[in-house]
Amino acid sequence: MFPATFDYKAPASLSEALTLLGQNSDAKALAGGQSLLPLMKLRLASPTALIDLRNVPEMKGIRGDGGGVILGAMTSYFQAVDAPLVQQKTPLIVQALRQVGDPQVRARGTIGGSLAHADPAGDLPAVALALNGRMHIVGPKGEREVAARDFFVDMLTTALEPDELLTWARFEATDTPRTGTAYVKHRHPASGYAVVGVAAVVMLDEAGNCVEARVGVTGAGGHAVRATGVEQALSGKPFAATAAEASAHAADGLDLLSDTYASAEYRGHLTRVLTLRALNEAAQRAHG
Amino acid sequence: MSVTRMFGASVKRREDPRLITGDGQFTDDFKLPGMLQMTMLRSPYAHARIKSIDTSKAKALPGVRAVFTAKDLEGVGPVPCAWLIPDSDLKVPTYTALAGEKVRFVGDAVAIVVADDSYIADDALDLITVEYEELPVVTNQEAALKAGAPQLYDDIPNNEVFHWKFRNGDADGALQRAEVRVKQRFVQQRLVPNAMEPRSAIADWNAGAGELTFYNTTQNPHIVRFMISATQGIPENKIRVLARDVGGGFGSKIPFYAGDALTIFASRKLKRPVRWTEDRRENYVATIHGRDQIIDVEMGADRDGKVTGLKVTNYANMGAHLSMAAPGVPTWLFALIVPGCYTIQDYACDVHGVVTNTTPTDAYRGAGRPEAAFLIERMMDLLAGELHMDPVDVRRKNFIPASAFPYTSGGTLAYDSGDYEKTLDLALKMVDYEGFRQQQAEARAHGKHLGLGLSTYVEVCGLAPSKAAGAMGFQGGLWEPATVRVLATGKVIVLTGTSPHGQGEETTFAQLVAEELGVPVEDIDVVHGDTNAIPMGWGTYGSRSTAVGGTAIYKATQKVIDKGKKLAAHLLEASVDDITHDHGRYYVAGSPQKVKTIQDIALMANLAWDLPEGMTPGLEENHFHDPTNFTFPFGAHICTVEVDEETGEVKILRYIAVDDVGRVINPMIVDGQVHGGVLQGIGQALYEHAIYDDRGNLVTGSMLDYTVPNATQAPHIETARTETPCPHNLTGVKGVGETGTIASTQAVVNAVCDALAPLGITNIDMPLTPERVWRAIQVARAGGTGVTMDAR
Amino acid sequence: MKQSIRVTVNGEEHTSEVEPRTLLVTYLRENLDLTGTHIGCDTGQCGACTVTLNGQPVKSCMVLAVQADGAKVETVESLAANGTYHPIQQAFWDKHGLQCGFCTPGMMMAAVGLLARNPNPSEAEIREQLEGNLCRCTGYQNIVAAVQSAAEAMRRQPVGAGGAAGGEEA
Repeated sequence: MFPATFDYKAPASLSEALTLLGQNSDAKALAGGQSLLPLMKLRLASPTALIDLRNVPEMKGIRGDGGGVILGAMTSYFQAVDAPLVQQKTPLIVQALRQVGDPQVRARGTIGGSLAHADPAGDLPAVALALNGRMHIVGPKGEREVAARDFFVDMLTTALEPDELLTWARFEATDTPRTGTAYVKHRHPASGYAVVGVAAVVMLDEAGNCVEARVGVTGAGGHAVRATGVEQALSGKPFAATAAEASAHAADGLDLLSDTYASAEYRGHLTRVLTLRALNEAAQRAHG
Repeated sequence: MSVTRMFGASVKRREDPRLITGDGQFTDDFKLPGMLQMTMLRSPYAHARIKSIDTSKAKALPGVRAVFTAKDLEGVGPVPCAWLIPDSDLKVPTYTALAGEKVRFVGDAVAIVVADDSYIADDALDLITVEYEELPVVTNQEAALKAGAPQLYDDIPNNEVFHWKFRNGDADGALQRAEVRVKQRFVQQRLVPNAMEPRSAIADWNAGAGELTFYNTTQNPHIVRFMISATQGIPENKIRVLARDVGGGFGSKIPFYAGDALTIFASRKLKRPVRWTEDRRENYVATIHGRDQIIDVEMGADRDGKVTGLKVTNYANMGAHLSMAAPGVPTWLFALIVPGCYTIQDYACDVHGVVTNTTPTDAYRGAGRPEAAFLIERMMDLLAGELHMDPVDVRRKNFIPASAFPYTSGGTLAYDSGDYEKTLDLALKMVDYEGFRQQQAEARAHGKHLGLGLSTYVEVCGLAPSKAAGAMGFQGGLWEPATVRVLATGKVIVLTGTSPHGQGEETTFAQLVAEELGVPVEDIDVVHGDTNAIPMGWGTYGSRSTAVGGTAIYKATQKVIDKGKKLAAHLLEASVDDITHDHGRYYVAGSPQKVKTIQDIALMANLAWDLPEGMTPGLEENHFHDPTNFTFPFGAHICTVEVDEETGEVKILRYIAVDDVGRVINPMIVDGQVHGGVLQGIGQALYEHAIYDDRGNLVTGSMLDYTVPNATQAPHIETARTETPCPHNLTGVKGVGETGTIASTQAVVNAVCDALAPLGITNIDMPLTPERVWRAIQVARAGGTGVTMDAR
Repeated sequence: MKQSIRVTVNGEEHTSEVEPRTLLVTYLRENLDLTGTHIGCDTGQCGACTVTLNGQPVKSCMVLAVQADGAKVETVESLAANGTYHPIQQAFWDKHGLQCGFCTPGMMMAAVGLLARNPNPSEAEIREQLEGNLCRCTGYQNIVAAVQSAAEAMRRQPVGAGGAAGGEEA
C-alpha cells in the first residue's frame, strides 16, 4: 500500500512551522515518521498536509540545564544514545532507547515524535515519567511547559493542542550519589514494542533505605503512567525488604490493555514482575 | 582450477554474485515497455453477499486504465485445485478469480484496478464502492462441521469437502487389547508462510502472435504453464513462464493464484504488459496459509513401552476454497508417515477436510509431515511419562531396527534405508544426555525449570514417483527432465525442470556435473525457471529437487560421458571398450599419457568434422528420470530449554540437529537448509500464530502482530550428520529442504513439557507464548493438571 | 503536486520531480531503476528496503523521497567498488549468509550500518542489531557468521570512504 496524496512543506523556522500548522487543521507534523508513515501507507491516516520539522533549528540539539538534560524534539534516538551528556546525566534514557524498535528505527525516530505520538506501548513515555520530564510546548498563544505526568492524557493523546508543537523535553539528571536507574521491558516478539515496560529510578541512603523511587510504566494501559502506589510504598523504607511488596502495587488502578498476545491479567502480572526486576536492577546500580 | 572431488565439497554458491550486488532479477524488478500496474480490491468481510459494486468513480480517476469485476471476466477459468484425492467423496467448490455473488473470506478479491502506477491504483481502490450483505461467519473447522453452522456453499453439506480414510491392520482391536492407552488432542495452529518476497506476476500478452510471456514468483513454472493453459484457454505451447529469482516460497508459491489469472486477463484485455505485486498485508490474507489442523490421537501400548496401536482423527481447516495442492496435505502427506520411525502397524487415520471463512490453506514447508512428526514424537513423550520411562528408552523400544530396511510402514510406504539408533546416539552424545539430566535435577532442586526435548523423526520426501502421484490423485507427474549440453568451448549448460529459489541447486547441480564430467564447476551454468528453455519440469517442493532432478542430471551426464567415450575411441583410434574416462580425461587404459580431454571432445563433437559412423553432432544429452520410490531422511533433534516460571518465557539453551539426508553434495548448503528449517519449526513452537476473530478478521495480519522470528529469537544450531545413502537413486541423496521444519517443532515443545513435568504439565497448545506457559503453570500450581491426558 | 528534490545516490547526484507521497524506496526502484533495494512489507518490520541515509541505516519504505532532499543515499549497488566486493558482500558469499537473496541487500546495508557504529560486535550484539531485518531462509546463523567475518576483515583493512576493501573481484 502507498499513501494518499498530501502537500509537503519543510519549514526552516519554528514560527514558519507553527504558521503552516495553523493554516490547515488537517495538517500533521512529521518528525522521524517511523510511526506516522506506516499508518499513512495503510491509509489508516491520510492527512492532507505534512509539515516536516527536520529543518527547524529550535527543535534540535542536546544540552545540559542545571540538574537536567534538554533534548530537542528532533533529536534522533541514535543521537541521544550517543551523547556523552545523556550517558552521564540520564543513563536511563540510554538504557531504554537501546531497546526501542531496531537500529533503523533508532536512526530515524525522534524523541519528540515518540513523546507526541504517545503510543501506549512506546518506551520513552515511561522514561519521561520516571525522570520527571517536562515538555516544552510552543503554539500560537506562546510557550508553555507541561510535566510528563500531565502530558500523557490517553491512548495516542497528549496535552498538545493540534496547533502546537513539542519543541524540546527536559529530563532530570540521576547522576547523584546512590542513585540507580533501569529499564526492563517485555518486548512484543513481532513489533518490538513494550508489552510492558518499566522505567525505574531508585535513590538510596547509606543505610539502604529508599529515599525516593520513581517508576514509569508503559504498555500496560492506554497510556504511560507513574506507579505511585509502588513509589509510596518504598518511600523511606528499607529497599531490600520492601521492594517485592511494593511492586505488588505496580498495576494498581491501571485500566489494563488486552490483545491476542497478552491478556489484561497477564499484563498486570508482568507489570508487577517487571517492576520488581527494574527496581532491583536500579538499586543494584545505586549501590554501584 | 584442478578438478578435485566436488561431491561433498562446500563450494561457494554460484547464484550469490548477482544476489549480493543487487543484480538479482525478482519478478517485481522487471519493467516492460508500456507496463501497467494492477491492484486488487479485497473483501473486508469474511462472509457476505455482494449486492452491488460501483466502479464509476475509480474508472474516472486520471491514470486509471481499467477496473474489472467478476462480470467482466469472460474466459477466465476457476482458480484450480489439482490434487483430487480419491475415495474421499471430494467436492471441489468453484473458486472464481473475482468473487461474483459472495465473498467467503477476508481477502477474497472482488475487483481489480489497472493503472499507470501503484499509487494511482491504490487511490482508485478507495473510490470503488461495494455494497455487502453480511452473512454469519465460521472460522473453526469443528464449528463448521456442526449442524446449523453457516454454510459456505449450498452444495457442500456441513462444509465437509472430503472424508478421507487410511487403515492398516486393526487399530481398534489393538487399542482395546492395549495395556496402556494415551489420548491427546493436538492443535496445529494456522501459520503464515511469509516468504520474504511477496507474490508478483507480470503478464505480457502478444495478441498478434497469440503468445503469453508470464513472469512469476513461482516454485514450479511448468505447472503454472499447465494451469494457465487449462484455465485461461491459451495453448500450452503459446505460453512462456519465467521464474528468474524467486524470494523464498516454502510452499506458498506452488499454487496458481487468482492474482496470476487476473494479470493475464488484464494484459489480454488491455494489450499491455500488466504487473501485479501484492503488498505484505495482502500476502497475509490472500496467499495460502499452512497447517490449521485439530488432531485427536489415541495410542495403545504394552506396559514395557511397546506401542501396539494408533488411531488418529484429523480435522483439517481448508479455508474458504480448495487451493491447488491442498487436499493432499492433511491426507497423503500427513497420514502415511504418522507411524514415524517406529514399528507401529495397527493404525487408522480419518481426515475431515472442512471449508471455513478463512484464507485457503495449502502446503507450507513440510506440508503434512511436520504435523505427523509432531504427533508421533509428542505421543512417545506422553507414553514415556505415563509409564515413567525415559523418553529415550521408549523410542529405542519401538525403533525400526537398522537391519529391517527396506521396511514397509503402515502397509504402504517402503522406507528405503535408515539407522535411527545411530542418529539418536550421536545427538545424545552431543548434548551429554546423562550430564544434562544431572544438571536438570540440580536446577530443579533450586526451583529452576530446565527441560530436554527429543525428536527422532523420519520423513518422506524426494516427491516422486509419478505412478504414486497418479494413485494419490495428484494431477501432475513427479518425474524430472535434465539436459546436459557441452558447448564447443567446453563450457556446460545444464537445464533442470526443478525451480530452486534459495536452495542453491545452481551450485549443487554444477558440482554434481563437475564431479562426473570432470569440468571445472565454474564452467557449468545451471539454467532453470524458463519454460521455453527447459523441456518440462514439476518444480521445487517436497525436498525433491536434488533427489529427483539431481538424479536426472546425473544420468544425462553419464550419457554425455558415454558419447564422449565413443568419440574419444574414434579419435584415439581405439576400441570403445578400451577407453577409460577419469574426471574429464579420456585415454586408452594403460596409456594415460595420450589423452583427449572433455574439452577436446566437446570441440570435436560440436564441429562434427570427424565423427564416427552414425554419430550425431553435438554433445548434449537429455534424461527424463522418474524414481521408483520416495526417499526417507531421518534424524534426531534435541532441544534444551529453561522456562522462566515468573513470566512463562522459554529460553532455548541448546539446539542439536543430527540429520541423515543420505549422501551430501554440498555440506555448507545442507547446513543452511537445516538452520532455516529448524527456525521455521521453532517459529511454530514458540511464536507464530494466525489468529482469526469471530468475524473472520485475521487479527495477526501483519508483521507487527505475527511473529516471523528475528535474529535474537533464533538459537545457534549445532548440526551433525550421519550418511545412510538412498539405495534407489544413483546419487544416494535423499533431500534436506524440509527436514529441519519437520524435526524441530516437537523437540521444542517436548523440552518445555519436560521442564514443567514436575508441576504435572504434560501438554500446552502451540505457540508456547509466555502467557500460555505462565497460565499452564498457574493452573498446575492451583492443583489442576492442565492436561487432557486420559491413560488407564 | 510534484516537488523537486536533489539526492545523491551512490555518489551520483539526481535532480527529480516527485510527488510528496513517493516513498524513498519507490523513488530508488522506479525512478532510478535501482532494483537491488526490495520491498518486503508495509509496516517497517522486514528491513528488506534498508539503505543508508547520510551514513545511517534506514528503512527506505519509511522515508519519503522528499525527506531525502539534500541527503546522501547509499544502496546495495554502491557496495562493490572498483571491481571489488565490499567485505560484507564477500563475507555473505563466503559464509553462505544468503539463500533466496531477497532480504540480503537490506541485511547487508543494516550490517554496514551496525559495523560503522560497532566495529567489533559480539554475536549477541550482531543479533540485536539485526533485529530490524527479517530472513525466512537462513535461520540467521550464517548471517551472523558473515557479519563476524566482515567485521574481522574490516578491522584488518578498513573500508575507505565510498570504496570497498579487499575481497574478490565483483
